[in-house]
Amino acid sequence: MLTATFDRMDMTADRPAADARDMRWSALMAAAQGGDARAYDALLRECMPQIRAVVRVRVRNAADAEDAVQDTLLTLHALRHTYDPSRPFKPWLNAIAERRAIDRLRRAGKHNRRETAMDDAPEQGTEAVGTARLEAAELRAAVAELPESQRTALRLAKLEERPLKEAAAISGLSVGALKIATHRAIAALRGRFGDGQR
Amino acid sequence: MDSDDLIARLARDAKPVRRLAPPWMGALAWLAVAGLFMGGVVAVVGLRHDLEARLGLMSEQLNLVFAGATAVLAALGAFHLARPDGDARWAWVPVAPALGWIAGMGAGCIGEIWRGGLVMGTSFECARFIVGFGVPLTLSMLWMVRHAALTRPVEVAALAGLAASAMAALGLALVHHLDAAAMVLVWHGGSVALSVWVAKRWGTKALAAMGPRLTH
Repeated sequence: MLTATFDRMDMTADRPAADARDMRWSALMAAAQGGDARAYDALLRECMPQIRAVVRVRVRNAADAEDAVQDTLLTLHALRHTYDPSRPFKPWLNAIAERRAIDRLRRAGKHNRRETAMDDAPEQGTEAVGTARLEAAELRAAVAELPESQRTALRLAKLEERPLKEAAAISGLSVGALKIATHRAIAALRGRFGDGQR
Repeated sequence: MDSDDLIARLARDAKPVRRLAPPWMGALAWLAVAGLFMGGVVAVVGLRHDLEARLGLMSEQLNLVFAGATAVLAALGAFHLARPDGDARWAWVPVAPALGWIAGMGAGCIGEIWRGGLVMGTSFECARFIVGFGVPLTLSMLWMVRHAALTRPVEVAALAGLAASAMAALGLALVHHLDAAAMVLVWHGGSVALSVWVAKRWGTKALAAMGPRLTH
């Protein structure tokens, strides 16, 4: 886990200094739990580089990272009663920062996916939409002019994509007659709109 | 809002807070509540008539010990994991007794097949009991560990569901006459699995509703 990596990094870098800092933060937090606003202010300001370091490992985007840092501060505030001063402070802080970084990353991921989906969608201007509507109206009119049996066959076999046997049973036609009716309907529409409309 | 401004605002809001009790104390408090609850049920329903004979059986003793250990360790695990710096390995601690418990039920089924066939039937009573008592016990634990909403809601909710349903199954073993091992496996085991799934699925929402929220 990354939290453990951070703790190890700190210990190998300068262990006595890291221990002293942890003890100081732990004492400041204990005072903050008792309602000491100055100790709390000092603690939060001193912790900022540590929080930023944990967050930036996961969140590359600067704006998202700063949001995750602020979320961490808010979580730390909401959960300050869960800190036990007999335990080291940094694993507690790192765990919260890591959780908020993961959350922010997930949210950013969802947002990006949505944006990508929008970008991938074909652009349709009002002119294209208008043309498509006109064509759809013409097609509907052409289908309406087909004989009843062909219209039913087309709807069941092609539009509703039912299996042939089922479509035949519903329409009351034999499978062979249904195939022929569907074929004739499509041929009639092709004849009307030309091959390019296929 | 700028981070410096946020820090200043939070520091102004630094009211004294009551420190959380250690995990073992939280787990003990919940077990006491759950024990009282199940004790009340036993007092109303009465112990099963053949309890003494059943308790003489090694298999029944093991079943009760494993169910009890699952409830205790899952509760302890939930209270540990609910702290931001709780060791993640606590999530795995109740797995061993839970497997022992399931294995015991499975061994009972094999024994039944050996003796001449499985006895199978429906026992909605068991499911009603375990889910019915498991849900309020789960909710009571979620209330006690609501601070986990901001850190590990899923794991904590699942462990709460396991602790609660194991406790309910333990209570059920004391009051309900059900000897057919296959039925115990399906109805007790199945109800516990259902309760854990429900807790995992909906418990996170319950935790989110009960727990602290982040507002700028």
